[in-house]
Amino acid sequence: MTTTKTLLGATALTAVASLTAPAAGAEELTLCWAAWDPANALVELSKEFEEQSGNTMNFEFVPWPNFADRMLNELNSGGQLCDLLIGDSQWIGGGAENGHYVQLNEFFDAEGISMDDFAPATVYAYSTWPKGSPNYYALPAMGDANGWFYRKDWFTDPEIMAAYTEETGEELREPQSQRELMQIAKFFQGREIDGQTRYGASIFTERGSEGITMGATGALYAFGFKYENEPGSYDMEGAVNSAEAIEGLEFYKELYECCTPPGYTDSYMEQSLDAFKSGQVAMAMNWFAFFPGLHADPDIGGDKIDFFVNPPQNVAASTLGGQGISVVAYSDKKDAALDYIKWFAQPDVQAKWWALGGYSAHNSVLNDPGFEASAPFAGDFLVAMDGVQDFWQEPAYAELLLAMQKRLHDYIVADQGTAEEALNKLIEDWQETFEDEGKL
Amino acid sequence: MTDSPVDKLARATPQPVARRVRGLSDRAIAWIFVAPTIFLLLAVNIFPLIWTIRLSFTNFRANRPNREVEWVGLRNYERILTDSDIWLTMQATAHFLFWTILLQVLIGFTIAWLINRNFKGSAFWTTVIVLPMMLSPAVVGNFWTFLYQPQIGLFNYAVSFFTGVDPSSFSMIGSVNLAPWSIIIVDTWMWTPFVMLICLAGLRSIPDSIYEAAEVDRASPWRQFWTITVPMVLPFLMLAVLFRGIENFKMFDLVVQLTGGGPGSITELTSINLKREAFEKWRTGYASAYAIILFVTVFGLASIYVKALNKVKER
Repeated sequence: MTTTKTLLGATALTAVASLTAPAAGAEELTLCWAAWDPANALVELSKEFEEQSGNTMNFEFVPWPNFADRMLNELNSGGQLCDLLIGDSQWIGGGAENGHYVQLNEFFDAEGISMDDFAPATVYAYSTWPKGSPNYYALPAMGDANGWFYRKDWFTDPEIMAAYTEETGEELREPQSQRELMQIAKFFQGREIDGQTRYGASIFTERGSEGITMGATGALYAFGFKYENEPGSYDMEGAVNSAEAIEGLEFYKELYECCTPPGYTDSYMEQSLDAFKSGQVAMAMNWFAFFPGLHADPDIGGDKIDFFVNPPQNVAASTLGGQGISVVAYSDKKDAALDYIKWFAQPDVQAKWWALGGYSAHNSVLNDPGFEASAPFAGDFLVAMDGVQDFWQEPAYAELLLAMQKRLHDYIVADQGTAEEALNKLIEDWQETFEDEGKL
Repeated sequence: MTDSPVDKLARATPQPVARRVRGLSDRAIAWIFVAPTIFLLLAVNIFPLIWTIRLSFTNFRANRPNREVEWVGLRNYERILTDSDIWLTMQATAHFLFWTILLQVLIGFTIAWLINRNFKGSAFWTTVIVLPMMLSPAVVGNFWTFLYQPQIGLFNYAVSFFTGVDPSSFSMIGSVNLAPWSIIIVDTWMWTPFVMLICLAGLRSIPDSIYEAAEVDRASPWRQFWTITVPMVLPFLMLAVLFRGIENFKMFDLVVQLTGGGPGSITELTSINLKREAFEKWRTGYASAYAIILFVTVFGLASIYVKALNKVKER
């Protein structure tokens, strides 16, 4: 009797276990990324992968100001927290050279994943190291660029439009140049609208991570700033501190001084969104990644908002954002992680990714005839991605970035020295870094 | 004659072991007890220090373990000592140290002197006054950023109330001129109670009989203050200065939360700068040299100061 009971119990346990446990070989994968709107969309999207593969997805999302610090420390220490990492584009050099990322060429070949299926700018920026070579360390996961949005309801208000025309002699419209953007920002600065004081624009001025660099390069690129005279030469004299670069930097400082809300000295994505959502500013810069959320916002979205690409001045250019997805070399679940990438690369998954609010870089999505009409910012996204420029992607990227953060913040916010001095010092810093790297 | 516990233990121990225990000298037993502590001290203090000194002569980067490490001699030290940006952070640190210590000593001593009058409710006010130092520096830094906010901040409104200046016309943490003072104000708000407590201990340690004797000699309260109170509290005050000096030399969390070292690098104290070099730029060799320079500076200054403190105590 006892034996029968034992057998029955064991059978029942086995049956329960077989029903509740994941499929054989199922893994628990951890995907690391920044904590922001698209990350939530990815959680939703990944449920399909869990259903299909039997694997369980865990997510480690870190707020942007700490993202680089936290994740680069994780990689540098050989940590196994992340099996998959959607790392910033600038990390690709360090990820590849320091052996943090798995090279994906063989995997792509074996699984028939072609980089030709993705937008060339994203492949170049998010996947390759050395730059432009056919060595892939990531799959383009999230296309992004720094763009602008504005209060359409104010821009189309007849009274405000008339006041603008009276003041400037021009029509109030989406700015077609950096100078026009400043003119509009000046117009709105301190203006009373609906009984409240409004300001011109919220821009990036953050000191600690990458904020002011990402913001100021929007103006610098548009004026004609270049990192090198010849790509790959590390010859920066005359490029980084060219007359156009100096003019661009002076422009950004003036924009900060003339047209931002009071106390706007250390602001990045969150602060820019807050300033716009609270109705303080007429225009704001931020990453396209936030645009779906902004458009859906019940208070300032819908008809009240519209979007525009970073305006050109001498050049049509936008600061690149976005990331590729990589398999972390220290993971002991690489096969399952590669399965995720294989699943993610499928055109139908990419279409769902865009529909959920992620910016697919897959040609099947971007070249779809209905893409431009699918969202009010979709067309702008395509234009922006055509002219993106990125920061150094060298292994010493963090050092190069911190130097630029310091020089720009010292000049723009702390009002120390001139634009030319700031850029000259930046060249000195970067030359020192490249000398240490053995590249100069 | 009664057996000692050691003898009893030795008798109860099997013969070979007992012989060995009996064979140990007191010094050997002492070493056995002290050895783990010494080992721990060497492992967590001395070895890292020696290792840091060694790294300071190399171009080692902790994020590039596979890169060949080169011996660069004194190059890191030379770079640091000739870097004008580092001297600016030293200046920012000196400014912060000087003013925080001065204000905390003056205000802390004054409050302690008032509390020591033993007025009604003095115990309650002592508790209220020490509350800020019980808070986390990160929390303090965070909520002061709100207090300093030009549009909604209470601090700006208070200044506006008393001076009539438009609250949104100035930014404490965004202005080059005001930002150094913004961190001094917060640190003083937070740590004055600590100095006050030490001063209060000093004031309460002065016997009443000394004041009574001074009154018999018809010494005025002013004279009693300068010839009794101040000299007898001075060692306590100096101790408070030492503690606050060391703490503020390595100040990090509060300032990072408040200003992040900005605007520009105006409030970038040496500890913040060092952290950026070591754990953001990953220039480990360079940062090691930087740390050694700071260590020698603090150690040297503290040694001189402690000697002065001992002299004051001897008087």
